[in-house]
Parts: sequence; C-alpha cells; structure tokens
Amino acid sequence: MEAPLLHLALVGTPNSGKTSLFNALTGSRQKVANYPGVTVERKEGFFVTPLGRQVSVVDLPGTYSLRGRSPDEEITRDFVLGKASGEATPDLVLCVADSTNLRLTIRLLLELKRTGRPMILVLNMFDIASRRGISVDVERLAKELGVPVVTSIAVRKGGTADLLNLTDEISAKLAAEPQENTWRALSVAELRATQREADRIITDCVSLPSRPDTWTARIDAVVLHPVGGLVVLAAILFVMFQAVFAWAQPLMELLNSGFDALGEFVHATLPAGLLQSFLQNGVISGVGSVIVFLPQIIIIFLFILLLEDFGYMARAAFLMDRIMGGAGLHGRAFIPLLSSFACAIPGIMATRVIDNKRDRLTTILIAPLMTCSARIPVYTLIISAFIPAKDVWGFINLQGLVMFGLYATGIVSALAVSFLIKFFMLRDYAPAPFMLELPDYKMPRLKSIAIGVTTRAKMFLHRAGTTIFSMMVLIWFLASFPQPPAGATEPAIDFSLAAIIGKAIEPLLAPVGFNWQIAVALIPGMAAREVAVAALGTVYAIEGGKEAAEQIGQVLATKWSLATALSMLAWYIFAPQCASTLAVIRRETGSWVWMATTFGYMLVLAYAASLVTYNVAVALGAG
Amino acid sequence: MTDTHDTRPHLPLGLAQRGYTGVIQHLSAKDTGSALSDIELESRLIELGFVEGARVEVLHEGLVGRDPIAVRVDNITIAVRRREAMAIIVA
Repeated sequence: MEAPLLHLALVGTPNSGKTSLFNALTGSRQKVANYPGVTVERKEGFFVTPLGRQVSVVDLPGTYSLRGRSPDEEITRDFVLGKASGEATPDLVLCVADSTNLRLTIRLLLELKRTGRPMILVLNMFDIASRRGISVDVERLAKELGVPVVTSIAVRKGGTADLLNLTDEISAKLAAEPQENTWRALSVAELRATQREADRIITDCVSLPSRPDTWTARIDAVVLHPVGGLVVLAAILFVMFQAVFAWAQPLMELLNSGFDALGEFVHATLPAGLLQSFLQNGVISGVGSVIVFLPQIIIIFLFILLLEDFGYMARAAFLMDRIMGGAGLHGRAFIPLLSSFACAIPGIMATRVIDNKRDRLTTILIAPLMTCSARIPVYTLIISAFIPAKDVWGFINLQGLVMFGLYATGIVSALAVSFLIKFFMLRDYAPAPFMLELPDYKMPRLKSIAIGVTTRAKMFLHRAGTTIFSMMVLIWFLASFPQPPAGATEPAIDFSLAAIIGKAIEPLLAPVGFNWQIAVALIPGMAAREVAVAALGTVYAIEGGKEAAEQIGQVLATKWSLATALSMLAWYIFAPQCASTLAVIRRETGSWVWMATTFGYMLVLAYAASLVTYNVAVALGAG
Repeated sequence: MTDTHDTRPHLPLGLAQRGYTGVIQHLSAKDTGSALSDIELESRLIELGFVEGARVEVLHEGLVGRDPIAVRVDNITIAVRRREAMAIIVA
C-alpha cells in the first residue's frame, strides 16, 4: 500500500529564507490560494522524497511568536496547532532559521516545541554563516533543543539533500510517538525566560565571529543616510518607472497587435452577427485590453521581489516612515502605494504586509488614487488632442507638464484623503508602531524570484480570465442590446442599453461639461479604464476602433471644447473607473461597505474636481 | 556583561543619539505613548531581541525628527520608532 501524503509545514521568522527553501523544495509545483474567510495567502507545494514518499508542504506566514497578533500570524498558529479550518494537522513542522541570526528563531522554536508537533530545525543559508566565520555545533544544538537539526543551502543545487533524507528518516517512525500539546499564549515573564534560554543555548553551541557583516554596514552607511538614502531611493524609483513604462512598451504593443490580429481574424472568419461581435468586441478586445498589462505587472513584481530579496524593502519603509507618517500612513504602505502606479490591484494585494488593520484599510482606500497605467491611454489621447506640444520656459514640454500635473494631483489627493481619514474617521486612534527587522543584505536568488514572478503573473491571468471576463460580457451586453432596427444609420451603440443609461445620466454630467457620448464611454470604461478610448471611438462611429487612436483624437478635438477635455482629465484622476479594483477591495477588506465607501468618495471627488475644472475653464474662455 | 555599564546613567533608548552604544538594563513599557498596550509592547520588544543584557547601538536615524532609529541589537538590526524605544532603558 502506498504511504499517505506527508504534510509538512514551514514555520520561521520573517527573513529566515523560508520562501527560498519552499521554492527549492517544490520548484514550480506550487498552488497559491487564500485561506477561507481571510485574505492571507496560502502557499502549498509538492515534492517526492528520495525514498519516494509524496509530500505536501505549506509555507506559513512568517512570525516571531505564536501569539497571533495579525491575521497572518493567527493562521500560522492555528495551522501548527491543527486548528485551521479545513487543513490537515502537519505531520512534521520544519522550523526554518537564518543561520546567521539564530536568536529569534531559537526562541520561536522553544515555543513551537510546546505544541508537541514533531519538528526539525533547518539551519538555512548555512553557507553565508560559514563564510562569515559563524560556526554551529549542530550535534550539541540538537541535543540541547531536543529536536533534530539539519543544515541547508536552499539556493544551491543539492543543498537540501540532508533535509530530504532526514524527512524520510523521521517520517518512517512518526506515528510511534504522539505528543501532547501543552502550548498556551506566553506571558511576558515566560517570553523573557524563553529568550534567556535561547540565548544560553546559542552561547553554548554557536561561536560568533568578532567581525560583523561589513558589506551590510557599508551599504547601509549610504542607503540609510538621512539625505543620501532618500536620493538613492528616488534613483531606484526612477529606474523602476523607466522600466515599467519604457521597457514594457514593446511587449505591450506586441500583445496589443496580437489581440487586434486575433480580433480581425475572428471578424474575417465568422459571419457578421452577435457571435462575431461577442467574440471580437466582448471577449478578445475586452480581456485583451487587460492582458496587455501583463508585461508591466511582471516588471513591477520583478523589481519588488528583487528589492525584497536583496533586503532593501525594509530600508525603504524605514526611510519613508516619518515622511508618510505626516499624512497618517505607515512606512510599510510605501510599497503598496508604489505598486499602485502600475495597477491598483497588485498594490492593494501588497497591503498584506501592513499588519495593523486600520493602517491597511487607509492604504487600500487611497491606493486607487495613484495614477495607474490604465489611465495613461486616456490621458495620452486627450493631451495629444487638446494640449499643444509647445515648450514653456524654453525647455519644458507642455504636454509632459500636464501629464506630470495629473500624476502629482493624484499623489497629493491620496495624501490629503489619508490625512482626512485619520483626522475624522479614525480620530481616537494613535499610530501603529513601526517595528521591523532590517535584514542583512543578500544576493537575490534568481530561481526563487523567477518562481515568485511566475506565480504573480498566473494570479493576474487567472483574474483576467474570471472577474474581468464576466465584467466584459456584461458590458458588451449593455453596449449591444437592444439591437438597432433594420436600416438604422447611426452606430449600433446608440440604440443600446448603454446609450439609454448614458442619456439618462447626461443631465447629471452636463454641469461638468460631459455630453451623452462621454457618459456612454464611461460605462465600458468601468471594466478597464483604457477601454473608454475604444468606446469613444465606437460612439463617434470611427472605423477601426482602438488602433485608430490618432483619428479619435482628431475627432474629439472638433467635437469637444477644451473645457470638456480638461474636465475629463480631472474626472479620470479621481473616478472609481475600475470594476476589478473595486472587486479586489471587496475581497481584501472582506466587506461591501469599504468597497462602497471607496466608490462613493472617489465619485464625489471626481465630480467636484470636474465641476471646478470645467467651470473655471469656461470662465477663462475655454468653453 | 552589564558590570562596565553600571556606573553610567540610565536612559531610554528613545532619547539616544546616533552612535550611542550601551546595554539594555530593563524594559519599562508604561507611559511611552505607544498605541500598543504595555504588555503587547513589551512582548513585541522581547520577540525582536530587546532583552536585558543585550548590547545595543544606534546605527541610523530617519530624516524627520531623527525618527525612526535603526538599532543594532546584538547581531541583528531592528528599525523602531523613538516612541516605542522609550520603553527600552539602557546604560
């Protein structure tokens, strides 16, 4: 009879190299999902031991203790205790330690031992420790701890061989020794006592070198310099933005023309009619317009994972903590907000690193105000149609200046909204503490990063295939039904539900200078902002839709006043024009209320901004 | 290890300048103005290695109000705001 699946759980402090060990063990055989009811990522992988035992391993969220002070840490605790709903109790717990930094992990291990689960201590990154002159008496450590100890080098081929063999050895005699769980939350005194015990064991078993890691000290002297550090941060951000916008461009154009060609192919092969229109306009151009952002998502996550793996992310949070704190934001909110410039969705997903619930909520609420890349096609279209490409003060391009202004307005508004949230809604609330380990720098591990980027890309594609697909179908339906009567000369969309809705809301939008065509275009724009460009093409009956962006610009320049164009730009800074973002907010906050709040406040801001812009522009003679 | 520091005046780590080195004497989480409860603050500090007898050195300071600070605690580096560091009494 084949042995049942062996369940392993990886537990460790943040920065212990847990994830690279997970990647080394499982390679690409990974499943990423969410734990039921919470927004904590559940990462499970599979591998086979040298003796042929099938193993499932779960990478649990990093934690310093089993107290469970955040949803992530609660998962880790419940999982180890076998109390996580729908999860098997782990047969074997791998407690992962960074060999260069054992103090905190040994304390965690002493606490874990009380759960009675069979356990192995994995001394990861053992090569780095050896290089630094740290020597560990592995046998003695195992004896003192009463737990098998094994060294590993997750990043090297074969670096986990000992661990695999030990897993086989231990799993063979597992059932023989069931142990009792005596764990309960530690009091401060017990916590202190376990740390003392851990320190004693380390003094006995580990000899530390007199010289610390000089590279980390040297890099930090520059990177954490109060002024120099901010300059370095700005430079890194600059490169990151260049990459996201410039390097991704050719790939995005390639994808775009690919989807256009596919649409054309469908158009040419299928007879004109509902099916053709559904496939070409609903499915291909709709889902395609979202998948086009895949290169940007990959690049932004490549940067985030590289910087994270290198150890820089914690430093960025350190540098930005007080600066963002002025607006009531936590230092860790920096990265999620930064990611939101590519797309609010990965940004909102990245807020999981903020463990305080209210800080996280504030960050989620303002993330959509960061100018995401989907706004760019709309901005570009309107700017090139209405703003002359002349230089001001001799060297600054006016179009570029307007673009910069749009970005800056987004950032300033986000900070202002955050400030107001703290001031009015969460007034009774003191700022959450900022306590963070600044890990030693390490060379990023390319394989691990490749796996991480692939996982994120898959998640994005999965979303495009489900949520966005169904939105697209709905919007295509609104824009296609009812069908125009036979012999009608106006574009088909004029007869559709979208047009009916557009005309119905036109009076509401008239004060901000929008005509009904804009109102109609805003509806498909809900699926993905940039689709509004194609929709404007459709309502103004331009052949060729999206690829004729230049033509759309020319038409708009004759049909809209400058005031309307500016008002549209102002609208786009704020408007909650993205159903997927709203869906992610709903999922991440677990509440319709916060989704509705985001929608509501952004709509109010958008309307107010457009109203002011339009009326000021008209008063100045741009009407 | 604490012997050589017994004669120095005790001070909260939250007031220490960059370059300060010392040894943790005790934790006193009361009245620091932190958002955390006394017990929670003390627990978290211990979990990050701030225990009696640990050597600390203030390595870096932030730009605004010299806050937060990066503290070497034995052989790891922890970033913490001065408000929370007030609970760590060093000498």
